[in-house]
Amino acid sequence: MIAVDLPYWAQSLLRVLGGTVAVLLPAGTIVYLFLFKMMSFMQSRLGPMEAGPYGSMQLFAEVGKWLQKEDIQPENADKRVFKIAPLVVLVSTFLLVAVVPFGPDAYFTDFEAGIFYALAVSSVSVLGILIAGWSSANKYSLLGGLRAAGQLIAYELPMVLAVIGVVIQAGTMNLNQIVAAQNAGSMFGWDGLGNPYVLTQFVGFVVFMIAIQAELTQAPFDMPIAESELVSGYMTEYSGFRFLIFFIAEFATVGVFTLIASVLFLGGWGVPFAWFGWESLGDVDNWMNVVGPLVMITKMLALSGIVMWVRFSYPRLREDQLQRFAWKVLIPVSVVNIMVTAILKVAF
Amino acid sequence: MVPLSDTTETETPALASDTLREGIVDRLRTTLGDAVVEVHLEPNVDLWVRVRHDAWRETGLALRDQGFHYFCFLSAIDWQPSPFGRGEDDPSAPAPEPDDPAAEPEMRHGVTGGDTRFQVFARVTDVQRHVGITIKADVPDDSSVVDSWVTVYAGANWHERETHEMFGIGFAGHPDLRNIYLPTDFEGHPLRKDFPLLARIVKPWPGIADVEPLPGEGDEGDGGASE
Amino acid sequence: MTDLIDRQKLGYIAAQAADARLNVELETEGMTLNIGPQHPATHGTLRIIVRLDGEQVVWADPSAGYMHRGYEKLTEVRTYPQVTTLINRIDWLGSFANEVPFILAAERLMGIEAPPRAQVIRTILFELSRISNVGLFLGDLGVQLGAVTPVFLAFRDREYVLNLIEGATGGRFHPNFDRIGGLKDDLPSGWVDETRQVMKKLRGFCDEMEDLLFGNKVFQDRTRGIGVIPAGVAQQYGLSGANLRASGVDWDLRRDQALPLAYDQVDWKVWTHPDGDSFARCWVRLQEVRESTKIVDQLLDLLPSGPVMAKVPRIIKVPEGEAFVSTENPLGEMGYYVVSQGELGPFRVRIRTASFNNISIVPWVLRGVYVPDVITILASLYFILGDIDK
Repeated sequence: MIAVDLPYWAQSLLRVLGGTVAVLLPAGTIVYLFLFKMMSFMQSRLGPMEAGPYGSMQLFAEVGKWLQKEDIQPENADKRVFKIAPLVVLVSTFLLVAVVPFGPDAYFTDFEAGIFYALAVSSVSVLGILIAGWSSANKYSLLGGLRAAGQLIAYELPMVLAVIGVVIQAGTMNLNQIVAAQNAGSMFGWDGLGNPYVLTQFVGFVVFMIAIQAELTQAPFDMPIAESELVSGYMTEYSGFRFLIFFIAEFATVGVFTLIASVLFLGGWGVPFAWFGWESLGDVDNWMNVVGPLVMITKMLALSGIVMWVRFSYPRLREDQLQRFAWKVLIPVSVVNIMVTAILKVAF
Repeated sequence: MVPLSDTTETETPALASDTLREGIVDRLRTTLGDAVVEVHLEPNVDLWVRVRHDAWRETGLALRDQGFHYFCFLSAIDWQPSPFGRGEDDPSAPAPEPDDPAAEPEMRHGVTGGDTRFQVFARVTDVQRHVGITIKADVPDDSSVVDSWVTVYAGANWHERETHEMFGIGFAGHPDLRNIYLPTDFEGHPLRKDFPLLARIVKPWPGIADVEPLPGEGDEGDGGASE
Repeated sequence: MTDLIDRQKLGYIAAQAADARLNVELETEGMTLNIGPQHPATHGTLRIIVRLDGEQVVWADPSAGYMHRGYEKLTEVRTYPQVTTLINRIDWLGSFANEVPFILAAERLMGIEAPPRAQVIRTILFELSRISNVGLFLGDLGVQLGAVTPVFLAFRDREYVLNLIEGATGGRFHPNFDRIGGLKDDLPSGWVDETRQVMKKLRGFCDEMEDLLFGNKVFQDRTRGIGVIPAGVAQQYGLSGANLRASGVDWDLRRDQALPLAYDQVDWKVWTHPDGDSFARCWVRLQEVRESTKIVDQLLDLLPSGPVMAKVPRIIKVPEGEAFVSTENPLGEMGYYVVSQGELGPFRVRIRTASFNNISIVPWVLRGVYVPDVITILASLYFILGDIDK
């Protein structure tokens, strides 16, 4: 436990600031590192080079540009809903980050049913996308919004099912406990690496990564956006800072989802406890609250690197192929995974 | 590795010969009878056949039956010489007498002759025998309508729409003779020779042959002034 | 292989039929969607009005003419050498290839032929236009299907070809290099060696595209069995080029007609594909780029010496007559029907462009497909707006 006693308002302030940083920092890092640089190098070009060293200030330039732009609303749009929609999407991201543990004590809230809550609030963004598509008074937006709704709901199921395997194995829904269970665990008696579930729950990990790829509407599952057919789908009519909010929300959600994935499968903030002779969550030293977030960000970047890598390399699936893939492949596979996990859990 | 496709291996086939072209004309004559008005065969190059306008559709059918499955294009020619010249004249010069009968040049029809101002012409190809044929037909001056080829070659649809808007020639039996390029309320038929090209009338082309003075040749060059 | 494709087709048809039944039961109301004139998939200003039932196209009508420039009328007030400047702009990605059939038609009417060296250089530049044009298609295809990377690779490697064209002609997009009776200039020194290197690079590019795009499972899922055009229908609509060959029709104007170009001197192959679907069209184009690089390589070895210009009068008058010459352009058959009345300029020029016919099949082929397939099919038919609108 941290030996500092803060008044309630200071704690709240810290939480708000921390939440903002936890959402914006990964978003900015992902955009710069992957969207600007990795994509450019994969496409044999340099990417932004002018603003700052190696274009590192490009992001601020972009934000400044978007903020200066006129906030245009279509005449026939449902204006109030149209304005709210991007915020709803962003709020979902903030709600998500609330349960992510960054260290033994560095968390915003410590839910017992943390992962349950995370999966629940992640669907709030569907609502935002749907109302964005519906209120824009644009047929492309409408198609995009409907596609998004269908797709996000379809892929929530395999995501939940993939998580169930982890929950069974860890025996808890508390994210911090899941981290501890992985790092304190052992594989067949060997605890040199702890028991990261990416190894023991590999099927679940793959299903989860595919599902978040779809939840994040990144290629090859980006048909709600589909800039070459639906002209950016539900975002078609948005400009200026409302588009910026969508943009931030998109990449912040990539960050948060990969944070959750790293918590569930890569051991989150922790390092294998056996390295330092810790036994359980209570033994962890306080310095882990500082190192933990760094470990976590590293794992997050590795995972979002994979997400982005796939995004840059693959063409887009068609809507029906995507649904077929969810219902006919992912869901059966994850159900089988749950059964196997449960049997093994009982057996050992 | 599984190959991505099967491919056909064919030898380089023989190019079309004139005996082949003559055979095509003979078969056309037997099918169409005296509807074949004129035939022009340029040795080893190409083949033109002019048919009567009432046999226009039958010609298409007959050619399709002969193996000409590939539809190349369909269009029309306005044989009337343009009353505006080539836009190369000085607009300030006095206009030629408009109602002088001698000033109106006669129509010179192309390789297969003709009697009317408009002719429709189409080209179809036999991709097996590697031979193409150009079919022409006079469009009657009074009605300006020929039969549509849409039911013979589906691809004629757009070409007939274009010909209709550009020349004002009707195609009987065409399902949907809307304008394809021009706005719906466009007046006139731009490719008719009596449709003026306004840009040219307002400002004539500076020179017919583009014979410009080479550098160092002319006295009026800008280069000389700056030096 | 073929079993798989048949099964995919059958599955697709069954899915469509099921959807149709459902829609009849539910009496869902349709929606009219304007794809274009400003839409990324129409690369230009083509407008396609589609009537949708859900995401399924019930009826589609392309509406061209947003960029109609009236070239057929304009040619009537130009002299023969001036016309090439105009027709350069028809298919603006393969400009040099546009000039060739018109020049050949004029030469045929005048009864002259370009010297052998000019013929070979013409053929080389013709194939380079094809490479730059179709190479860009391959990248663009990726973008249409949602893969962003191929287009950058395509632009990168197309730049080499454009540099070559610029080196030889002085113009990157609109060379205006072909003259009646030959060419404006000879090749610059060092050009031949550089071309050889670039051709090697482009073969690498083709391999890269094959790996990145054509071997991709998602790409195959998106294109196989989509927009199937049987050979008979393709011919009826006058589809040409790779679109026709992808339907299994072995027809290539480079091989199948006698023109004063150097194709008969080299060893190359006309690729066809039996499927007639979007994948086949794209695949045939990929092979065409490969073949083009081989043609160019061989022609560079063959390059004869001699003049590049025949003796032609300074003021060109073309004798009376008519001629139709068409060549196998990057987009398909492009032909000019030139009517001359013995004057300085043509009396009438009918421009037969490939994309006009290729796109006229759109109402037929789009019926019953889904919105994403609209994009796939349009991309695979490959049109250029200038080529439709003339």
